[in-house]
Amino acid sequence: MKRSVFNPTGLAVFAALLLAWQFVSRSSGDLQSYLPPPSRVFEALLQPQVARALWENLWQTLARFAGGYLIAAALAIAFGVALGYSRYAYSFSEVVIELLRPMPSVAIIPVAILCLGIGDAMVIAVTVYAAAWPILLNAIDGVRNIDPTLINTGRTFGLGRLRILRDVALPAAAPYIATGLRVSLPIALILVTTAEMVAGVNGLGYFILDEERALHPENMYAGIAVVALLGYALNRIFVAVEERALAWREGLRISEAA
Amino acid sequence: MPLLEVDALSKSYSDSSSRSTLAIENISFEVESGEFVALVGPSGCGKTTLLMCIAGLIPPSAGRVAVKAKPVDRPPPDLVLVFQEYNRSLFAWRTVLSNVLFGLEAKGRSGKAAGDRARELIRLVGLEGFERHYPWQLSGGMQQRVAIARALAYEPEVLLMDEPFGSVDAMTRLELEDALLSLWKELGTTILLVTHDIEEAIYLSDCVHVLARRPSRVLETVKVPLARPRSQVATRGAPAFMELRNEIYRRIANEA
Repeated sequence: MKRSVFNPTGLAVFAALLLAWQFVSRSSGDLQSYLPPPSRVFEALLQPQVARALWENLWQTLARFAGGYLIAAALAIAFGVALGYSRYAYSFSEVVIELLRPMPSVAIIPVAILCLGIGDAMVIAVTVYAAAWPILLNAIDGVRNIDPTLINTGRTFGLGRLRILRDVALPAAAPYIATGLRVSLPIALILVTTAEMVAGVNGLGYFILDEERALHPENMYAGIAVVALLGYALNRIFVAVEERALAWREGLRISEAA
Repeated sequence: MPLLEVDALSKSYSDSSSRSTLAIENISFEVESGEFVALVGPSGCGKTTLLMCIAGLIPPSAGRVAVKAKPVDRPPPDLVLVFQEYNRSLFAWRTVLSNVLFGLEAKGRSGKAAGDRARELIRLVGLEGFERHYPWQLSGGMQQRVAIARALAYEPEVLLMDEPFGSVDAMTRLELEDALLSLWKELGTTILLVTHDIEEAIYLSDCVHVLARRPSRVLETVKVPLARPRSQVATRGAPAFMELRNEIYRRIANEA
C-alpha cells in the first residue's frame, strides 16, 4: 500500500495546532518565558548565529546517529541471522538476551560514561546498544520463520551452510530485518540526543539542554523542531528505500491475500 | 553400473511418546543412466520421505543410497530434488531469470554465458518473456516450470521430482508432462519422479515401481514398453496403456 506524502487534512490539523499555540502563548506574558509563540521560535531559526549553531550541531548528531545505527545494524544482522540459524547458538544466548532486552537502554548511559568517558565513543556505544535490539530480535525471528523447504532447496543444490545463510536465509529474512531496522531508527535518534544531553559537549541534544539553561526558550524550541524534522526525514528516507529494496514483498503480500 | 542405487532403505520416525513409526520398509531399486523412472503409490505412503532420503536431505534409518556408486550421506552434487511445493521452494525475492540463474550459480557458473544459458532454459520451459517477472506474478503451472528450469540449470545427472504436477489444474498438468518429456529427451537427464497418478506414471516413464501404503515398500515393478515419443491422445488411448493402468490399479487396490 502506497501512502501519500501529501495529506491536506493532516496538514490543516497541524497548522491549526500551531495557530492555537501562537494564540495561547501571545495571550500571556508569563507563558512566553517557557512557551514562546511559534513565530518567535521561527525567528530564532532565522537568526544567523542560531542557524549556524543548529547546523553544526545537526551534523554532529547526524554523524553519531549514522555511526551508531550502522554499527548496530551490521552487528545485529550478523548475530541475529546466526542465532536464528543455529539452535545451539540461540539456546546458548537466550537467557542473556531475555534478561537484557527489557532493560531501558538509557540505563547503560552511566556505564558507558564510566567505561568510555565523555565523548563520541560513549554516545555511539549507547546508540549501538539500544538500536541493536529490535534488529537482533527481528533477524532471529525472521530466520527462524524461514520455510524449511527454502533451506532444503539450498541444500539440494549443493550449497554449504554459509552460502545457504548468505543466499537463502538472509534474503528470506530481509522483510523481518527491515522491520527491525525501521523500529530502530527513532530509537537510535532518541539515544543519541539523550546521551548528548546527559554527557555531551555538542550535538542537538546538548544544544537543546544548553539553551534551556541559558534561558533562551525560543532557541531550545528551535533545536527541538530540528530534531523532530530530522527524525521525520530519516523515517521517510528509510521507507522510500525499503519500498524499493523489498518491492518483491509487496506483490507477494497482495497475491497471498488474494 | 546403475546411476542410482537404493538398497534396502528403511526409515522410521519416533514421535513424542518415543514410539517409532515405520514410514519406509526395505525399499530397493535401481535407476540406469538416462532412464525415466516413476514411483507411484497412494497419498501418504511415504513417497516424499523416500525422495528426501535419496536426496540426502534426511538420513535413512537403515539401508543405503548411492549415486554413481558413491554412498549418499549428504546432498550429492550430481542430484537435485524438485519439491512438490514450488511456491515455497522458489525464491520470492528473485525474478524468474534470477531464480534460474541460481541453479547455475550453485554450480559456480556466472557471467554472460550463464545468463545466456538461463534464458535458453526459460525458453525451453516455455516462459520466454517472463524473465523479469517475480514468482508471485505467475500461475502455479508457470511457477513449477521455473522450478524445473532452475533444477535443470544445475545440470544434475539425476533429477528427483516430488509430485511436480500435483497442485496444478488438469489441463496444465498434461502440458507440463509433455514439456518435461521433451526436456528429458533434449537434455538426457535421468529422472526419478514420484506421483500418485497411475496414468501419469505410465505416460512419462520407462519403468514404474508400485509402492504400498505405509509402510512404503515396492509391491511390483512394471516395465513400460510404450513407444516414444508419446502423445497424450495416441499413447493414452492405446490398449497397452490401459492394460498397464489396470494392472497397476488392481495391484494397489488389492493391497488396500
